[in-house]
Amino acid sequence: MSDTLNLFMRAAFVENMALSFFLGMCMFLAVSKRVETAFGLGIAVWVVQTITVPVNNLIYNAILKEHALAWAGLPDVDLSFLALISFIGVIAAMVQILEMVLDRYFPALFHALGIFLPLVTVNCAILGGSLFMVERSYRFGESVVYGVGTGFGWALAITALAAIRERLKYSDIPEGLQGAGITFIVAGLMSLSLITFSGIKIG
Amino acid sequence: MTSRRTRALLDPVVEANPITLQILGVCSALAVTKTLATALVMSAAVIAVLTLSNASVSVLRHHMPRHVRLIVEITIVASLVITTDQIIKAFAYELSKQLSVFVGLIVTNCIIIGRAEAFAMKNPVHLSVLDGLGNGLGYAAVLVIVGATRELFGVGTLLGLEILPSAAEGGWYQPVTLMLLPPSAFFIIGFLIWGLRMWKPTQIEQPDYRIRPSTITESVR
Amino acid sequence: MARMLLDRLMALPNDSATKTVAVALGVCLAGSLLVASAAVLLQPLQQANQERERQKHILEMVESLRSSLEAGGEAGELDVEARVVDLATGDYATSIDPETYDQRAAASDPAQSIEIPPHRDIAGLTRRARFATVHLALQDGKPRLVVLPVHGKGFASTLYGYLGLTGDTRTVVGLVFYEHNETPALGALIDSPKWRGQWPGKKVWGPLGDPALEVVMTGVDPTLSEAQHQVDGLTGATWTSRGVSNLLGFWLGDDGFGPYLRKLGREGDER
Repeated sequence: MSDTLNLFMRAAFVENMALSFFLGMCMFLAVSKRVETAFGLGIAVWVVQTITVPVNNLIYNAILKEHALAWAGLPDVDLSFLALISFIGVIAAMVQILEMVLDRYFPALFHALGIFLPLVTVNCAILGGSLFMVERSYRFGESVVYGVGTGFGWALAITALAAIRERLKYSDIPEGLQGAGITFIVAGLMSLSLITFSGIKIG
Repeated sequence: MTSRRTRALLDPVVEANPITLQILGVCSALAVTKTLATALVMSAAVIAVLTLSNASVSVLRHHMPRHVRLIVEITIVASLVITTDQIIKAFAYELSKQLSVFVGLIVTNCIIIGRAEAFAMKNPVHLSVLDGLGNGLGYAAVLVIVGATRELFGVGTLLGLEILPSAAEGGWYQPVTLMLLPPSAFFIIGFLIWGLRMWKPTQIEQPDYRIRPSTITESVR
Repeated sequence: MARMLLDRLMALPNDSATKTVAVALGVCLAGSLLVASAAVLLQPLQQANQERERQKHILEMVESLRSSLEAGGEAGELDVEARVVDLATGDYATSIDPETYDQRAAASDPAQSIEIPPHRDIAGLTRRARFATVHLALQDGKPRLVVLPVHGKGFASTLYGYLGLTGDTRTVVGLVFYEHNETPALGALIDSPKWRGQWPGKKVWGPLGDPALEVVMTGVDPTLSEAQHQVDGLTGATWTSRGVSNLLGFWLGDDGFGPYLRKLGREGDER
């Protein structure tokens, strides 16, 4: 249990996708002007991340990994160089399926998240999550926790940044720093505060 | 015609820099700049992928089926990225370990698909190649500046060569550890944007609200 | 003929089904050719790189041992051999091929690993593999150096490294960490030559034959007898330093290489 919690804490806070690995930055900076939209996008990323990391974990361990095809009588095949392209395919397909399922069964949710879902495909936090999962050879159970944790961390970070930026609109910022400049510096301060989480152990 | 070529090549370096003005492809710009060496390898990889993907998309531009356009583009980019990744792993193994997943993440780097969509789909091959090269150079310029700053002040070296002798090894320079941690990358790019916009005021963004000069002080008087 | 077919295909409207499929197939074919040829052509180079990386630290230790032997006038050939050790009994497991055995993968596989009781799990590992790959440097069939793989929790990451001991297991030859993610300029200084330089020559066993190597934060007092087991901690990196002490204690103890090292040491005495 404490292992699971520790992995979650690590994925969500210590190694926050947005603020310490800089993943999904384009969207993190572009869609954080208003809390409402940022929150919607955050939830979309969280949902997609929770699904794709475990699915990619299964695909990698059953098909792509070295010696993984032993069950098919091909023990010497190493397809791990195909990981990247398979992951992208899986992510795009998952997003598409999710979109259709939401549209059919949860129209209200679809209208709230609809415009963000296609964007999520090219969010590098999603692909990054799957690639880190391979690099650290997580097992299936761990990959579920990792997916949930990183998605949560990303959603939290973008919502917090949007909340700060809503307040910033009314402040008197030096000319050249307006917009992108000050956003970077705010994100830097947020990332500085996340360092305090490193080394936290539960149980 | 020559001027169009020069502009396709040089504009993205300062005037329309993909990172500082368009805020695209920032992920890797922040993540791989702990040392100058990783920044240089990453820049080379992005320049190669961007130039080749722009060229291939431009070659196919008259024959691109509308429905599968994005998938075709992503497939081209992904193939190029995997090849680049394999080459780096074969010839620069040490650096490839430090770059970890970030070479693979070039696939989702917005600059690449962005330029393919916005430029290569509409322009002939030679211009697209120059545009890819130019945007790659603009990206590289930012990476090199950030990477050099972080390595120089964080460790006191450049490309591993000692520039500022550090106090731990008997010199006078006390390295700024913060430079090696994630926040400093945000700060450096933030200040870089500030500096660039002071130099080129046309890039300044308009604020959503203007604060009017205070009227209270006068009425009190 | 093929030329004509291609011309006819090119002339089709872009959105026709035939052309969509043809372009998609063409791109896939070109892409897979590029990727597959890169993967196949470069694989030998990549594997050589990985192998060199794995062996690098072991060979470094062998080199330093060789130069110290030569300085002592004991020149001679050293043969490096990898062997798999059954940690529970301390015997060599001859049925497992050290070339293909992956200890790190085994540690997370329930069939090939055991759970460590929490109160004895000082290195924070939860599980460890049943078998471990050690490297021996032999001179005339006699072990002069044994390199043990060690790992354990540091501050922000797991530290993976190699501990080199002399053939009689009494003295440290070197300690290197090849993988970790500690704070730059604080915990990451475990990589610095200055800190690593403290290890060679330290005595492994205390007066009762217990593992005694330790990293101390208060500074080593050279007048005390414990100083022969101790090295200075890293300033500002208490957790990393403590992590190193703990993982050495674990791997040299009964749950780690203890049984193996006792056997190795006894053999050395008999000779």
